[in-house]
Amino acid sequence: MDFFNRFAVPHPSFLIYGAMVSIAIAMIAVVVGITYFKKWGYLWREWLTTVDHKRIGIMYLIVALLMLFRGGVDAIMMRYQLSMPDNTFLDSQHYNEVFTTHGIVMILFMAMPFITFFFNYLIPLQIGARDVAFPRLNALSFWLFFMGAMLFNMSFVVGGSPDSGWTSYFPLAGNEFSTSVGTNYYMIAIQIAGMGTLMTGINFITTILKMRAPGMKLMKMPMFTWSAFIANVIVVFAFPVLTVLLAMGTMDRLFGTNFFTTDNGGMDMLWANLFWVWGHPEVYILILPAFGLYSEIISTFARRNLYGYKSMVASMVVISIFSFLVWAHHFFTMGQGPLTNSIFSITTMAIAVPTGVKIFNWLFTLWKGKIVFTTPMLYSILFIPLFTLGGVTGVMLAMSAADYQYHNTMFLVAHFHNVIIPGVVYAMIAGLTFYWPKMFGFMLNEKLGKWTAWLLSVGFVLAFIPMYITGLDGQARRMYTYSESTGFSTLNMVSFIGAAIMAVAFALLVYNIYYSIRYASRDIGSDPWDARSLEWATHTPVPEYNFAIIPEVASTEAFWDSKKKGHELFKGKIEKIHMPNNSPLPFIMSCIFFVFGFSMVFSIWPVAIIALIGILACLTYRSFEKDHGRYISVEEIEETEAKLRGAKK
Amino acid sequence: MKELFPLKQVMGFVFSLVLTAVALIAYFTDMSFSLGMTILLLTAFIQAGLQIVVFMHAGETNDKKSIYTNIYYGVLIALITIFGTLLVMVWDM
Repeated sequence: MDFFNRFAVPHPSFLIYGAMVSIAIAMIAVVVGITYFKKWGYLWREWLTTVDHKRIGIMYLIVALLMLFRGGVDAIMMRYQLSMPDNTFLDSQHYNEVFTTHGIVMILFMAMPFITFFFNYLIPLQIGARDVAFPRLNALSFWLFFMGAMLFNMSFVVGGSPDSGWTSYFPLAGNEFSTSVGTNYYMIAIQIAGMGTLMTGINFITTILKMRAPGMKLMKMPMFTWSAFIANVIVVFAFPVLTVLLAMGTMDRLFGTNFFTTDNGGMDMLWANLFWVWGHPEVYILILPAFGLYSEIISTFARRNLYGYKSMVASMVVISIFSFLVWAHHFFTMGQGPLTNSIFSITTMAIAVPTGVKIFNWLFTLWKGKIVFTTPMLYSILFIPLFTLGGVTGVMLAMSAADYQYHNTMFLVAHFHNVIIPGVVYAMIAGLTFYWPKMFGFMLNEKLGKWTAWLLSVGFVLAFIPMYITGLDGQARRMYTYSESTGFSTLNMVSFIGAAIMAVAFALLVYNIYYSIRYASRDIGSDPWDARSLEWATHTPVPEYNFAIIPEVASTEAFWDSKKKGHELFKGKIEKIHMPNNSPLPFIMSCIFFVFGFSMVFSIWPVAIIALIGILACLTYRSFEKDHGRYISVEEIEETEAKLRGAKK
Repeated sequence: MKELFPLKQVMGFVFSLVLTAVALIAYFTDMSFSLGMTILLLTAFIQAGLQIVVFMHAGETNDKKSIYTNIYYGVLIALITIFGTLLVMVWDM
């Protein structure tokens, strides 16, 4: 019994027991459902072992949406807790766990897979390739990420959630102050998911550099591909810092090393320093692909080519270097001298310049454009003013002297939600709406979509603008309650109402998906938005091999030219196509990683060692495996093409 | 015969052995900590450069430009991280 005690949640409450029961019921329902409909074979053949970038992309999307739900529930609980003074809905420990998991889930397990979904689905289509450079590595990336995310979410019901903030600063995150296994989950689950992300980065850099269609020079790539390329470069250079950092943190917690302890030569603030060496580039990893999506959407619906292509690219390259030069602005109050603070203050303000260039480029694209107000365009138009507001408060925060007033207050919380929600979340929903017909063959309902956009924006303004005010008045972040005499209660209630409206907006998005599945027309062709880049040049649904004939490109908007200027995209004739084989190895290896991670969290060494041997065995097997892929014959391609062309106009 | 003999690789191999031997001096002789670290860092970085250029053929394909751009970018980021951290954590505390 002693052995099993460690798996108990150290700080249980009614909510956690409720969640345990609902998770158990949901899992049983899924297993029974799959068995009843006899879908195990289908699931295994078509999804679990797939190396197809489109299917892997859709699996990323599913995880991202699930995690959005989980992080959103966390958010609503926090807003409800703070909506009234001296509220007892959550106690302090529970509140700590909720804000910690909200941060990690939203950044690492919602936003990251969401952008990776776009990388996976779009990049090979946009550059006219048949898959990514390393399809099997791509599957491994996904499954490692998935297992990391699941391990992290397990902390909720087994052993206790991490509770020292998404930044997990030492010494608070050390063994002395965080005694439960929660922070072990943080270290190991993020490590496993981070390995997947690093592999994704390498994979997509190679894909973009090596697999572009003939004629597509670097400066002729679609803007989303450019943004994804820059983001993946940042991934490759930023994530190793996180890997090392988490490994050091794990050793501190599990093996008694002294990297971040307060005595024995440890340097507790080094964690904060290295965390942000990774953490700041990370926010640009999220925002750059979002910018890329906005560029695609704005130029499509302004019916103009993107203004300032070269300056767009240049500003992203500058951002990619500057993103590594600003990290100390996250801890101006840590105690370093004015020289350091001044340097990082100036670099931080400077990074607003390339971002401003991009904003102006979008405005100039809209200028004199024939603007079509579709749902994705509505999000993009709402993004520009709301994001700029967040950017301006960012420059306020960049002033190190003034930062002593803002640091650790709700002002900061308002700022980063103000850039992440209109910046990243809007882009994700806009991109999802924009590419939905490409993926599933029908469009989401426009009327419901616009309602969602407006509700989300009204909710967003109500939820986060009041935080600027309470923050300046001194409401600290991560404080689980406040007394009535502080006067924060009215604005916090407004905030809660805003959060509730946002929740309604997300529910409406889900309803929109349901409604469109039932009622939307399937007769939309392969280019319903009259769009401009190569991903729209192939059939809907996209065949396994993407393009029967590899397109030839002469400009940044090859597909538009082929529609309007008579450019011939598909020259030559159909030849047999070489495709990679499916493989169960990535899935199996990631399952072993899950076991390894779980036993590391609870220090069950024998199981951890066996799992480690299993991982090495998988790697060895792969090294000696001979897999030359397979060919799709010309007849088969012609048959598929004939079938798909029927739906094309 | 001359064009068949991989002179560059053999010289590279000898040079990398020399570098290893020089690095070992830091362990076997009694010198100050900073001198030892200087020797180790220098030999390590020269060694890494040698491996990338001679044995991993960094400059021998059409990808020469992107490979070197990547390496320079990586070196830049590493230097920024190390010296920035020293500035933040040690020099200006």
